[in-house]
Amino acid sequence: MPERKEREIETRGVSRRRFMALGGGSAAAAAFLAACGDDDGMTTTTMGASGRGSDETAQFGKGDVGILNYALTLEYLETAFYAEVVKSGLFEGGDLETIRKFGSEEAQHVAALTAAVKELGGKPAPKPKTEFPLESAKTVLELAGTVENLGAAAYLGQAANIESPEVLASALAIHSVEGRHAATLNTLLGQSITPDGAFAKPADVKSVLKSVEPFIVG
Amino acid sequence: MSNQELAHPELAGVEVAEDSGDLSRSEVILKGALAAGAVYGLGMVAPFVRRALAASEGGDVGILNFALTLEYLEADFYAEARRRAGASGELKGLIGLLAMDEQQHVEALSASVKKLGGKPAAKPKFDFPYSNTAGFLALAQTLEDTGVSAYNGAGPMIASKEVLAAAGGIVQVEARHAAAIRLQNEAEPSPAAFDPALDEAQVLKAVEPFLA
Repeated sequence: MPERKEREIETRGVSRRRFMALGGGSAAAAAFLAACGDDDGMTTTTMGASGRGSDETAQFGKGDVGILNYALTLEYLETAFYAEVVKSGLFEGGDLETIRKFGSEEAQHVAALTAAVKELGGKPAPKPKTEFPLESAKTVLELAGTVENLGAAAYLGQAANIESPEVLASALAIHSVEGRHAATLNTLLGQSITPDGAFAKPADVKSVLKSVEPFIVG
Repeated sequence: MSNQELAHPELAGVEVAEDSGDLSRSEVILKGALAAGAVYGLGMVAPFVRRALAASEGGDVGILNFALTLEYLEADFYAEARRRAGASGELKGLIGLLAMDEQQHVEALSASVKKLGGKPAAKPKFDFPYSNTAGFLALAQTLEDTGVSAYNGAGPMIASKEVLAAAGGIVQVEARHAAAIRLQNEAEPSPAAFDPALDEAQVLKAVEPFLA
């Protein structure tokens, strides 16, 4: 999978707008922006007011590189979390298998995002040093649920800021997987699979980073 | 297409028919997406949808109408399942939740099409091939996974950031549904780290009859 993404990004350095022009998409984007207000029953977005929020991830790099590095940081965190949980000995059987599987998927996200940043000519974000409270199976599952729901919301918060159609396609393929993880953990916890209702809500960079701050030690 | 070679034969049995027999563009793309999934597996749905939407000239209204047609299918599927899936207990509750979510997607997408000055697609007639709870669950899993792939394929074609963000809010919910249904089936809730994509030329050849 990472190999495929690398190749695609290499061969298609076009912006999303140009890609759409090639694909026959409508050019009346301005009219859509004006027409698609907050009261149409769909979820509103954090970038709705300004129409652009890519500066949100400026601390991680410029444009798509910044967004990818932001995602990479979160994926590093998830990967480290699951690795520690597997080692903790708190789980066995089916639950342990699920945790192992999710951890392996997060590690694949790390690899793909790292490759994508490099292909765009950027420098991959460093792996953060992390520490997680692993007290009991119940609190660990709760933390996993929090982290996965937050991760899904973080991707959703950035989707509309992505310029490259290939980066967007990759981010969407990861976003829905995070959604699957979140729903699985919510099911294990006896919580609603769709806590936001029929329309998932995005999270902005600031609130996501604040939420994960306690787990980053360097 | 011989049935024994199909990746998801249950998808091939889903019928999409408009009353007049005159299929809209959205219905044609939906039929193609189902055929793509049936023949080559669900990894083919996203590239197929992306290519088909790129070839059509509907812009965001066309994409929203395609999504609306897909949601009509899912909403009908669960509304009907409440009557005939033979579910009880936890599954019955889940079907109720899913029916409600899909109906809300239908309403939101219709409203969005109107806001953009378009005409919401008409609801086609559907026929779902299952006769018991196990058959319902197998088809539900395939349909939810197909929905996720279809939205993921459509995403990069969307021009408006607002429409894209809203579609993202829906696809995440579809992914959550897919995971919940998979758990009911004792299948992997998240079978792969990414939606796999195969060769587009393959799928286009397979679904050509649907795009005539």
